[in-house]
Amino acid sequence: MVAEVKEKKPIVEITGFKQYFNEGKKTEVRAVNDVSFTIYEGETFGLVGESGSGKSTTGRALIKLGDFTDGQILYKGQDIAKIHGRKKLLDFRKSMQMIFQDPYASLNPRITVKDIVGGALKVHGLYKNNKERTERVYELLEAVGLSKEFANRYPKEFSGGQCQRVGIARALAVEPDFIIADEAISALDVSIQAQVVNLLKELKEENNLTYLFIAHDLSMVKYISDRIGVMNSGRMLEVAHADELYLAPLHPYTESLLSAIPTPDPENERNRVRTEYDPKYHQYEDMHKVSLHEIAPDHYIYCHENEIEVYRKKRERLLREGQKYA
Amino acid sequence: MAQNVGRNKQVDSLFHLVDANERANFPGVAAEQVITDGDSYAKTIAKRFFKNKVAVVSLAVFVTMILVAIFATQIAPYPRDSSVGLFRAAPYDNFFLGTDDTGRDVLSRLIHGTQVSMTVGICSVAIYVVIGTVLGLVSGYFGGFIDAVIMRITEAFMSFPFFLVILTLVSLLGSGIWVVTIVLGLLSWPPLCRLVRGQVLTLKEQDFVLAAEATGYSTPGILFIHILPNVLSPILVNATFGIATAILTEASLSFLGVGVNPPRPSWGNILSQAQSIRVLTAEPWRWVPAGILIFIAVLSINFIGEGLREAIEGENKG
Repeated sequence: MVAEVKEKKPIVEITGFKQYFNEGKKTEVRAVNDVSFTIYEGETFGLVGESGSGKSTTGRALIKLGDFTDGQILYKGQDIAKIHGRKKLLDFRKSMQMIFQDPYASLNPRITVKDIVGGALKVHGLYKNNKERTERVYELLEAVGLSKEFANRYPKEFSGGQCQRVGIARALAVEPDFIIADEAISALDVSIQAQVVNLLKELKEENNLTYLFIAHDLSMVKYISDRIGVMNSGRMLEVAHADELYLAPLHPYTESLLSAIPTPDPENERNRVRTEYDPKYHQYEDMHKVSLHEIAPDHYIYCHENEIEVYRKKRERLLREGQKYA
Repeated sequence: MAQNVGRNKQVDSLFHLVDANERANFPGVAAEQVITDGDSYAKTIAKRFFKNKVAVVSLAVFVTMILVAIFATQIAPYPRDSSVGLFRAAPYDNFFLGTDDTGRDVLSRLIHGTQVSMTVGICSVAIYVVIGTVLGLVSGYFGGFIDAVIMRITEAFMSFPFFLVILTLVSLLGSGIWVVTIVLGLLSWPPLCRLVRGQVLTLKEQDFVLAAEATGYSTPGILFIHILPNVLSPILVNATFGIATAILTEASLSFLGVGVNPPRPSWGNILSQAQSIRVLTAEPWRWVPAGILIFIAVLSINFIGEGLREAIEGENKG
């Protein structure tokens, strides 16, 4: 399942990323509090966590939709906070694109599909004349499994899955290297989810893409991701290869998430006990010793220095027991 | 039967992405046209508008008035300013609406007056729609300091006693059709600006605006390509009612003698002749038709506006 990345070349490096809203006021919200992770070229990085855990906020900051409070985000070695000026910004936007959660809300209701997809081409001045641009729009629609007859229609005439495909076509239009899929399948029917995920996988192979796949559905994330990061209340709690994470979920929160995945066996499903995660047990006093620690190669846990050994033992035990959630 | 159709739809939603050949393998699904011919937004609104009989008749009246205004010289039986008949005569011979105190044909003057009303109505609205829309878009989208400044200016404009300011400006700048048009245009934008701003405030939070930003659109691109089409319908309704208001204001100004200068006729200054008791009581042909025309123009424009509003709201409900 895990695509072996021969030469690990970072495409995104996030260090100490913080995003506070209403900073300094009574209503201050620490949406993301000190998150660091790296995404390597050619992989799919899954970011999971419950609502409000800061995963979408991270995605939005990464694609430069608004400013962030603190930290550094490097994209292809370039500090994105230092991207100024129309031309540099356009280059950045051409390289990184986003697929949004709500397929209807992310498409302008008054603009035809042709103009939604073609708009991206126009903005980046990719095709000079209208005819070439229209041809390219048809190609893109076909690439995402839509017929070109759809081009002159409005988003409201489509189903959710079709709209999401239009959203994907728009993201693909500028031939980006990196795509953020922000809950791109959460709003879709299960049957359509599978289609869209498969489409994303195919497109990744064809176009050499790197994905940041933000979701809360762990079963789908496992299917598409090479590595997975688990977030809760603005912190990255665990980062590991997809297989490793499902075999040996070390952080109690990860365990709790995995235990919540429904199983297709009704008997099992009835007796299944969900592991509860209480963040109260994870309040540390000397915060300077708490950070992401590498427990095993490429397996990081957010914990206190003293806990490292406990987690190492837990990992060995889980690997011995094997296949609980895998 | 109904159940069957429902099931087909369900099946469709599952298989709508499977290509046509494969779909043919599912009996009952292939037969159904999955893709229906869609109308553009404007076409849907127009269809709904044309179902409203009152609105359609009003539109016909309004269009006729515009045509009369354009071809006034050709349509009018007599020149507008020259003495062509008896003085103060009730309708006779070819003077269907009689003549005024210098022997000018009232009908011809009314026809030329249409020009004034339509010009003032349409041009002043064009001016204020541009100002109000741009300021509203900018104010709503950027928020913060810019928004505060624009909103304070808007409030300042709205708290002036509208009519007094117009009276003062017109008497300072001199009266005339273009002065009235421009002054009306420059003073009437605040309500529209607020309307647009309110719409933009909700629209800018939507994902498609973020998506446009992520796609690489510049700020003016986002404002005019992505947000503007979504506020066009309320602007259109507001503008329609605005034409009626502008026509009324021009008539009032001309009635008070500060609007359009005689000898150029306007409905308002024709009506102002009724300020003399003799004309009011003994020579109704000199002012009643002008009053009726103002009434019909304003009423029909309001009906058009109402029809548009209903057509658009129906869209939102559906």
